[in-house]
Amino acid sequence: MLRTFRIGGIHPPENKLSAGKKITALAAPKQVIIPLSQHIGAPAQAVVKKGDLVKVGTLLAKAGGFVSANIHSSVSGKVNKIDNALDTSGYRRPAIYIDVEGDEWEESIDRSVTLVKECTLTSKEIIDKIAAAGIVGMGGATFPTHVKLMPPPGSKAEIVIVNAVECEPYLTADHSLMMERGEQILVGLTILMKAANVNKAVIGIENNKPDAIAKMTKLAAAYPGIEVMPLKVKYPQGGEKQLIDAVTSRQVKSGALPISVGAIVQNVGTVYAVYEAVQKNKPLFERVVTVTGKALAHPSNFLVRIGTPISNLIDAAGGMPEDTGKIIGGGPMMGKALISAEVPVGKGSSGVLLMKREESVRKPMHDCIRCAKCVSVCPMGLNPAFLMRSTVYKKWDMAEEDHIQDCIECGSCSYTCPANRPLLDQIRVGKAKVMGIIRSRKS
Amino acid sequence: MENSLYVSPSPHIHGGDSISKNMYGVLIALIPAFLVSLYYFGLGALIVTWVSVVSCVLFEYLIQKFLMKKEPTICDGSAILTGVLLGFNLPSNLPVWIVVIGALAAIGIGKMTFGGLGNNIFNPALVGRVFLLISFPAQMTTWPLVDATSAFPLTYTDAATGATVLSLMNEGISVKDLPSYTSLLSGAHGGSLGEISAFALLLGFAYMLWKKIITWHIPVTIILTVFVFTGILHLVNPVSYASPFLHVLSGGLMLGAIFMATDYVTSPMTKKGMVIYAFGIGLLTSIIRVFGSYPEGVSFAILIMNALTPLINMYVKPKHFGEK
Repeated sequence: MLRTFRIGGIHPPENKLSAGKKITALAAPKQVIIPLSQHIGAPAQAVVKKGDLVKVGTLLAKAGGFVSANIHSSVSGKVNKIDNALDTSGYRRPAIYIDVEGDEWEESIDRSVTLVKECTLTSKEIIDKIAAAGIVGMGGATFPTHVKLMPPPGSKAEIVIVNAVECEPYLTADHSLMMERGEQILVGLTILMKAANVNKAVIGIENNKPDAIAKMTKLAAAYPGIEVMPLKVKYPQGGEKQLIDAVTSRQVKSGALPISVGAIVQNVGTVYAVYEAVQKNKPLFERVVTVTGKALAHPSNFLVRIGTPISNLIDAAGGMPEDTGKIIGGGPMMGKALISAEVPVGKGSSGVLLMKREESVRKPMHDCIRCAKCVSVCPMGLNPAFLMRSTVYKKWDMAEEDHIQDCIECGSCSYTCPANRPLLDQIRVGKAKVMGIIRSRKS
Repeated sequence: MENSLYVSPSPHIHGGDSISKNMYGVLIALIPAFLVSLYYFGLGALIVTWVSVVSCVLFEYLIQKFLMKKEPTICDGSAILTGVLLGFNLPSNLPVWIVVIGALAAIGIGKMTFGGLGNNIFNPALVGRVFLLISFPAQMTTWPLVDATSAFPLTYTDAATGATVLSLMNEGISVKDLPSYTSLLSGAHGGSLGEISAFALLLGFAYMLWKKIITWHIPVTIILTVFVFTGILHLVNPVSYASPFLHVLSGGLMLGAIFMATDYVTSPMTKKGMVIYAFGIGLLTSIIRVFGSYPEGVSFAILIMNALTPLINMYVKPKHFGEK
């Protein structure tokens, strides 16, 4: 019996069209747009100005607070302007425009492909290096990684869990990374274990990636304390709380952090970035992005410089299909619909999904028939139908009592609803409202 | 192209489930019971079911179109299902005009008064059945006799009538004269037209479980509760209380437990709530059957628990993540 999380879950069609496609490095575009907000928390503060010459890896902006992250240049060239730009969030926010000239890297970056296993740094030094490199959670949540490695006083980490689940349909970026950079990921993981002072780590991989499980298991044999755990395919296993439950059978309480059960969860892409930052002095300025879609000519996994417009990726994958109705940044369950193909790739961009016109439109909704299918699929054990009702009728106290703030916005309820009710749309509204009420009560 | 992109919040895919898929799924699950009914009751079963379905759909259409002034949704299958379930709860020799009145009560009072599918408190088909049971007690409690030797008899209101297992039990007939278990399973005994064959109904149950239309909680709990409760009475006094097997296999218990009590709209949303609701139905059914003046109590028991469903939903919450 394979392990998995214990409450709810769904199994949408996997559609991993780009599985097995080699990672291809995409050439830098003519101009990159690097947003100053590519992470959860305060925007970074620009340290360059118009006309400055930068190299690949030059610091562009410093973390703007404790929960924030540095941002580095992904290209060499000249800063054109610092101006608002449309990004994957759908808003216009400050970004640095750089006109690309050549491809000159900072000398400190080790560009060789040799594997560097040895790491003599202390925990503190590792965390500082990760912070300096601007690493954030690359699964999409974009929470600054160094903050996760500094547990609040009184709590102690026992295990590092690597999120290699990739439970979103279509996406294969993490899968391809494991197939091609397995050793580096394992070294990155030992570094993280050292940083967190733990001697146990688990790499959780869903069973629909048997090649990755076989490969990582074989490699991990040489790394004491690291176990590869195949997991039963179930969405949303990549949710932090769900993954911890699947791996350790411990459930993080409402409102608590993963560290409360001794767990630190890092996405596999993040672990790879940690390797590059600590062993190769390479800040986070490029990442693997899956470009996919049923009508797309060549679904691919690209290694992309941050700030590259998404239209470049689509062109490299065979061009935008005629009947594209929706462009999604991320996967189909939790990704964001983009309002333009010109938005830049950010640190959290795991994929670009093109949906056909007929797949893009929602069906009309009907009255709730209380079939309770949303209740049985909710991975947080909530009643989405009631939470939607509480939101529609503005019963915020009822919504709070029913734990609306615990919703992880995985979309399993809306996906399942036979009446096509926009459950998650409404719950998001209610959740934001209730969290605001909770905050104002505390202050 | 650029300016014609759809933008909407996630999720961007849907599993493809729909109200009509579920309704038609239940209808498919009712096919075995209908075939058994045709075999034993013949023309009468066909006429009653047909009239019930047609009038339910027609009333829903007329009310939605002319009273509620909105787009009729008769294609979702819910009115057809109400019609079939109402028909299944009627004797196969019931005159057409009574069936039509039942359909009006089911759709008009049971469903549309509350605002249509999803808003009704009581199971519409049972509202129709109980309305008829109280209004036309004589016609509603004379069931045609089953002639196991001829398939699809061409009789309707002219069919020979007789008592059912439960009415015999209610009158205190000795257990020896009751039908055998094999006839209760296969359906070769009197009763409402859709309830006679426990085996055919269980087949439908299996189909609905396989298609994930319903879960096991409600039917199994009801049947277990009735079995345990009547079993205890039977152990105490085997002469005046019939065997629990007889209770479980006879009357509308299987039909009610599998198809009526599991109606989405009128049953609780959590598994725990479902078990409480189903236990209530089982207990009330047993009490009405054993101590009440009506021989059958499934319909009343379900309607009473339907009324308690909003309360159960309010107090029995799903177990949320991280809760001990």
